[in-house]
Amino acid sequence: MSASVQPPTLAQEWSADEMMTIAAARQLHAGDTCFVGIGLPSTAANLARATHAQGLVLIYESGCIGAKPTRLPLSIGDGVLADTADAVVSVPEVFNYWLQPGRIDIGFLGAAQLDRFANINTTVIGDTYDRPRVRLPGAGGAPEIAASCGEVVVIVRQTKRTFVETLDFVTSVGFGTGAGDRERLGLRGSGPRMVITDLGILQPDPQTCELTLTHLHPGKAVDDVREATGWPLAVSASLSTTEPPTDHELATLRSLEATKSGTDS
Amino acid sequence: MAEPARVTTLAEAVASLVHDGDVVALEGFTHLIPFAAGHEIIRQGRRDLTLVRMTPDLVYDQLIGAGCAAKLVFSWGGNPGVGSLHRFRDAVEHNWPRPLELEEHSHAGMANRYVAGASGLPFAILRGYSGTDLPERTPNIKPVTCPFTGEVLAAVPALQPDVTIIHAQRADADGNVQMWGITGVQKEAVLAARRSLVTVEEIVDALTPVPGQVVLPTWAVTAIAVVPGGAHPSYAQGYSERDNDYYVAWDAISRDREAFDRWLQEQLLAPVGGAG
Repeated sequence: MSASVQPPTLAQEWSADEMMTIAAARQLHAGDTCFVGIGLPSTAANLARATHAQGLVLIYESGCIGAKPTRLPLSIGDGVLADTADAVVSVPEVFNYWLQPGRIDIGFLGAAQLDRFANINTTVIGDTYDRPRVRLPGAGGAPEIAASCGEVVVIVRQTKRTFVETLDFVTSVGFGTGAGDRERLGLRGSGPRMVITDLGILQPDPQTCELTLTHLHPGKAVDDVREATGWPLAVSASLSTTEPPTDHELATLRSLEATKSGTDS
Repeated sequence: MAEPARVTTLAEAVASLVHDGDVVALEGFTHLIPFAAGHEIIRQGRRDLTLVRMTPDLVYDQLIGAGCAAKLVFSWGGNPGVGSLHRFRDAVEHNWPRPLELEEHSHAGMANRYVAGASGLPFAILRGYSGTDLPERTPNIKPVTCPFTGEVLAAVPALQPDVTIIHAQRADADGNVQMWGITGVQKEAVLAARRSLVTVEEIVDALTPVPGQVVLPTWAVTAIAVVPGGAHPSYAQGYSERDNDYYVAWDAISRDREAFDRWLQEQLLAPVGGAG
C-alpha cells in the first residue's frame, strides 16, 4: 500500500445520526399519513416532506393534523405546527377519532430500550418500578400509536444499553413475545416494519418476527452492529448496504437542523 | 344555575380555590400552560396536592421540587425537546424533597379520563394499553368487555379534579373565555372539575371569532384572573412566543438541588416580597 494521502472515507462525509435520519426519511412517502413523535422522528418526517415526499401528511399528538412546518419544531406543541396545520383538533379527538380507528398509516417512534421483537421501553430503567435507577418520561402517545397505526417505524441509536435482551418495562408493544402475539393481544396495526439505527436497518423476520439486520449503513460492519446488540443478532442472508446520502438529502437536512432554536434530547 | 365567572386577582383565586390536599389539574398541552398560577400555588405554600396533568412539564417539576405534591397523575413527564424533568426524577428516584406517588397512564388514557369527567360518566373506554406493563402498575386501568361485540377494551375512571386551572388568550366583560391554537384537553379538564380558574392575557369588550377557537361560557368557569404573560415560558398564540431558551436553561437549574433552591428563593419567592 502506498503511504500517500488517504481520500476521505465515506464515514467522514456525514455523521451516523445524519445517515440514520436520512434512511428513516426515505421510508415515508407522499400520500402517507404519519403520526410523528418529537425528536429524531420529527426531524426525519420533516426531511421527507422537504425532499421526496411533499404530500406526506404529518400528524402531531398536540392535535395538529397536516402540519407543514418550515422549521423544525422544538416540541410537539410548537406554534408553527398549529399555524401550518390543515386542522387543529383537541387531544381527545386526535387519539379517539384519528388514531384509534386506524386512520393513520405510519407511526414513527423513538425508544430508550428495545428488544428483539421491537417492544419499546420509555418508562423506567432498573429492576424496580417504584424506585427505578432512571425514571424516564413515560408512555405519552406511544402505546396507542404502536397499537393502532397501520405500521410502525422505529428510529433509535443502537447501543448495548438500548438494544437489550429483556426490557425493564414494556411501554409499547412491537411483536410482544413473537409471531401471532399482536393478533392475540387484539392490536390492529401490523406492527413495526423497520427499526432504523445509526448503524443499519433491522426488519422483522417474516416467520418469527425477530428483528434481523437487513442493511448496513456505508462504512459499518456486521460486527459493529453485533457489539451494539444485547442479544445474539440475526443477520439476513441478503444483507445489503444502505444507499449513501445524496447531496440534496444532506444539504436539506443540515438546513433544517439549522432552523431549530433549541437542542434535541 | 348560570352564575357568571367572577373576575378576581390571581392571589385571591388561588387562595380561595386551591386547598391543601386537593386534586389539582393545570392543563395546557405545551401551549397555554398556566405557569403563573403554578407559581402562585408555590408562593402560597400549598401541600399534599394530587397534581394531575398529561405532560407535567416544567410547571410540575417546579411544584414537585417545592414540595407541594404528594401524588402525580400523568402520561409523559419530560422537558419537551430538552430531556428529563430532574425535580420529578429526584422525587421518584430519591424521595426528594418528599416521596411522590405516581399514577401513570398513556396520553389516550388520560385524555379519555378527562372526557369521562366532563361527560359526567364514571369511566371511559378506549382501545389501549393492551400488552403493555402499564395495567400491572396502574390499578386504574381495567379490562371491560363490550356488551355488543364481546371485544375486550380498556376502562379508565373519570378524572374529576377539585380544581382545574388553565390559561387562555382572553375573556370578554361577561367572563366568557376564548382560546385558540393548540387547545389540548383544556375544555374537558375545566368541565370535569368542581371548580375552575382561567388566567387570561386580557379582558376585551367583545370576543372576535378566531378560526379553531374554543369558547367556554362564563357560567362554566368559577373565576378569571387577568395575568398577561401568565403562560411564560410556555406561550399564548397571538400574544407571545415559546421561550425555548428557558426550557433549555431549566435543565441545569433543575439538575442540582442547591441551584433549584436558589431559583426558588431568589426568582420565585423573593420578587413578591412574601416572607417565607
